[in-house]
Amino acid sequence: MCATCGCGPTSHHEHDHGHSHGTNHQKTGKTIVDVEQDILQENNLLAARNRGFFEGRNILAINLVSSPGSGKTTLLERTLTDLKGTLSFAVIEGDQQTANDADRIHATGTKVTQINTGKGCHLDAHMVLHAVQGMKLSADSILFIENVGNLVCPAMFDLGEQERAVVISVTEGEDKPLKYPDMFHTSTLCIINKTDLLPYVKFNVEKAKEYARQVNPSLEIIELSCTSGEGMQLWYDWLKSKVLTPA
Amino acid sequence: MHELSIVMSIVDLATKEAAKHHASAIEEIELDIGCLSGIDMDSFDFAWQQAVKSTILESAKKKVNRIEGSTRCSDCDTHFTMVQLYDSCPNCKSHLAEIVRGKELKVKSLVLPD
Repeated sequence: MCATCGCGPTSHHEHDHGHSHGTNHQKTGKTIVDVEQDILQENNLLAARNRGFFEGRNILAINLVSSPGSGKTTLLERTLTDLKGTLSFAVIEGDQQTANDADRIHATGTKVTQINTGKGCHLDAHMVLHAVQGMKLSADSILFIENVGNLVCPAMFDLGEQERAVVISVTEGEDKPLKYPDMFHTSTLCIINKTDLLPYVKFNVEKAKEYARQVNPSLEIIELSCTSGEGMQLWYDWLKSKVLTPA
Repeated sequence: MHELSIVMSIVDLATKEAAKHHASAIEEIELDIGCLSGIDMDSFDFAWQQAVKSTILESAKKKVNRIEGSTRCSDCDTHFTMVQLYDSCPNCKSHLAEIVRGKELKVKSLVLPD
């Protein structure tokens, strides 16, 4: 492989930088620029801007992350329905394609915006910034940002949220926290969902909690079922505990 | 494949820096990528090959400094090397540790032709 441009036998792209492979490369007359910049700085700056906006309006922004099918949207549907009139909500839905999830949230009567990432595997702060610009969010409210179903990529991208909640369901393996440690490491809350199915699956809740706390000892954990309603009150109490009383 | 987004951010950053110095090409780029930063290097290299085509980094030599995870146990102050985020302190087995190094993800320097 050519050490200058990395082109190898499998990549025959055209380039015009005029060196001949395997011969002397010019060593003199170079400028070395010390950059020392974080690669994610643009995302992090926009995330900081989002966070400032949320704090200024006393909006509790929660980034919901999980694998596809863990029940994020169902959790939101139930939450928005049960807490209607108690707290003020808005939702940003992130999916590669379709507005299906936004339609489900819309049906609960909640303000919702859908972001389609196309081929993208995660939301970033820039997408959230633009979604928020079009939403006219009320002050003293909760904004749920449902990320693209993916336990890997969204971990790296700060959206400006105050809390990151990772959802796993008992139909998955209890070793998810060890297999995808970055997501559990960066989350503040872990929701173990679909506990009504525990009699039918081999999921060991205590093991899952132990693994999650190995990755992140300060992670809060709530077990619940959106179908039976068991544990939902713990989640609602958690939400209420995070909402700041308006000054 | 968040590695593709990361590579595209590097291309943007390098393009802006090169423009400041009126450079039309970059000979070499030096990156710090910590072992705990969440980057899979195979995916990164694959994304790099594709994403730098027709950009200022197309011909650039990529130098990557991999920085191993270095942590300090919050319970007993022992410094230890962390390979996985769930590694416990070798002295007291606590999982409560502060990551000192290993989360780096940055462009360190560029070499521009004159």
